[in-house]
Amino acid sequence: MDFLLSFLVGGVICVIGQLMMDLTSFRVTPAHVLVSFVTAGAFISGFGVYDKLVELAGTGATLPLTGFGHLLTQGAIEGFKQKGILGLLGGGITNTATGISVAVVAGYIIALFFKPKG
Amino acid sequence: MRQTREFANPPVVLGYATIAGPKEGEGPLAAYFDKVINNLYYYEDTWEKAEQKMFLEVAEMALQKASVKKEEVDFFLAGDLLNQIISANFAAKSLGIPFFGLYNACATFYEGLILGAMLIAGGFAKKVLVGVSSHYATVERQYRNPTEQGVQKTPTSQWTVTGAAAVVLGDGEGKIKIPRVTVGKALDYDMFDPSDMGGAMVPAAFDTLLVHFKETGLVYDYYDLMLTGDLARFGQQILVKLLQENNINFGQRLNDCGIMIYRPEQQVNAGGSGTACSALVTAGYVFNELSQGKIHKFLGIGTGALLSQVTTQQGMAIPVIAHAVAFESY
Amino acid sequence: MAIDKNEYQKTVEKIKPRPPVLKNCVLAFLMGGFVCFLGEVLFHFLRGYGLSEKDSYTVVSVVFILISAVLTGTGIYDDLVRIFGAGLIVPITGFANSMVSPALEHKQEGLVLGVGAKLFTVAGPVVIYGILSSLIVAIILRGLGKL
Repeated sequence: MDFLLSFLVGGVICVIGQLMMDLTSFRVTPAHVLVSFVTAGAFISGFGVYDKLVELAGTGATLPLTGFGHLLTQGAIEGFKQKGILGLLGGGITNTATGISVAVVAGYIIALFFKPKG
Repeated sequence: MRQTREFANPPVVLGYATIAGPKEGEGPLAAYFDKVINNLYYYEDTWEKAEQKMFLEVAEMALQKASVKKEEVDFFLAGDLLNQIISANFAAKSLGIPFFGLYNACATFYEGLILGAMLIAGGFAKKVLVGVSSHYATVERQYRNPTEQGVQKTPTSQWTVTGAAAVVLGDGEGKIKIPRVTVGKALDYDMFDPSDMGGAMVPAAFDTLLVHFKETGLVYDYYDLMLTGDLARFGQQILVKLLQENNINFGQRLNDCGIMIYRPEQQVNAGGSGTACSALVTAGYVFNELSQGKIHKFLGIGTGALLSQVTTQQGMAIPVIAHAVAFESY
Repeated sequence: MAIDKNEYQKTVEKIKPRPPVLKNCVLAFLMGGFVCFLGEVLFHFLRGYGLSEKDSYTVVSVVFILISAVLTGTGIYDDLVRIFGAGLIVPITGFANSMVSPALEHKQEGLVLGVGAKLFTVAGPVVIYGILSSLIVAIILRGLGKL
């Protein structure tokens, strides 16, 4: 059941992104899609909805980039609860730091050792 | 005649050469190209260097085929699609021929042919070398996205042709002559979609085509073959429709280089584009047909979308242009 | 015989083909769902090893970032996106691809202004808007007295 829900929810979130591109004749680029999804995730998360979606769909909710926005918001909220304004400002990045660092390191290494095919 | 010039002593084509990229080498016109490179890097470490190498090589090849020495050439007219027409500049640096750098986007080849013909017909030059290039990967990363970035393309998007072409024009005797040219005006039809350049360029092609017939007084079935530059599949349909609305039907005699250069199954969406698109088809396929006498009267209409990444991002419409050059052989 | 601008745009709209929306959506759904399904499999596997729920989600994301980076370097990822569209743009693999691809492409322009700067051409806006929205949300919640 976990697997099916993950598949369905993840799939539906991606379809929303696809519609954003297709229905605007691709004036909405992948960059716009990614930014919209992070923003949307951050806002939905603030109202406690996204936590429930993660409970329901697991990776179906964490892997789409809305999950990244969710982590940022939850980090900011948790940070505020623990350390006030400093925690608010630092919490989001702290919560997502692993992913960003891995992407930076992986990107750097790939860039050094591979050649674009074209 | 405001836009058209007829030459009393028509300049002639002394020699021509083409180098095509790997994808173009798998296309239906592969047999017409002098050389096909099998890799976008062409044994260089960057695509930009590969493009410059093609450019220089094709220029030297054309001179050799025309049996003309570099020192005999009065002017080198060249351009490409990269910022500051850098491929042409580097070729010019290596050739050492007095140089004019040109930019009319994908219509640059026809712009060069017109200016070259005028220089010769006007008596300012005896021999002129015209060269252009474009390269899928260098264009993609300058105008659009990194080539490895995942993006989906619209059905109207076009594939930039990799290749280079050069033509030596001269006075005197030659099989292929340039009797007349029509210079296009830059037009703006409020077309905003940078992934539909074919649709944006149609009004320019239509305008130049009609001006050409109006100013020369030629009948509509005068030419054996007429090719637009890179309107591609849907642009071509729009052009045919506009012509029909004006009761003009060229039928099979009108085609488009962007359609001809690839097979439909090569996954290029609407077709080819890029400066090398019309240049490869003209200097590869058309000149061959003209010199073998398979066709006698040809009109090429090079089309260009004069956009930049900055104007696109700032939400400005795409200005477009089309230049026509007639070639005849007897 | 000038063409009327408005008339022309109508003609273009009539002839211009639309993207195959239904087909694109089905492919995006299947691939997006499949990526998340694989993630779920890995997640359960990690949980089985006794990793906490939060750490498991992080490790899944990390693994998918690495897979995407390798597929981008080998030139496979862009070909897949051409087919599956948002199914591979929306998941974190798409985010990783948008970081790796410009860095890879621009390394010829040097390690600082090439690789270094270009790593964040798409990731930059994503992180910026993510941080701004999360802060705005937290401030709104505070204002509503929920935080």
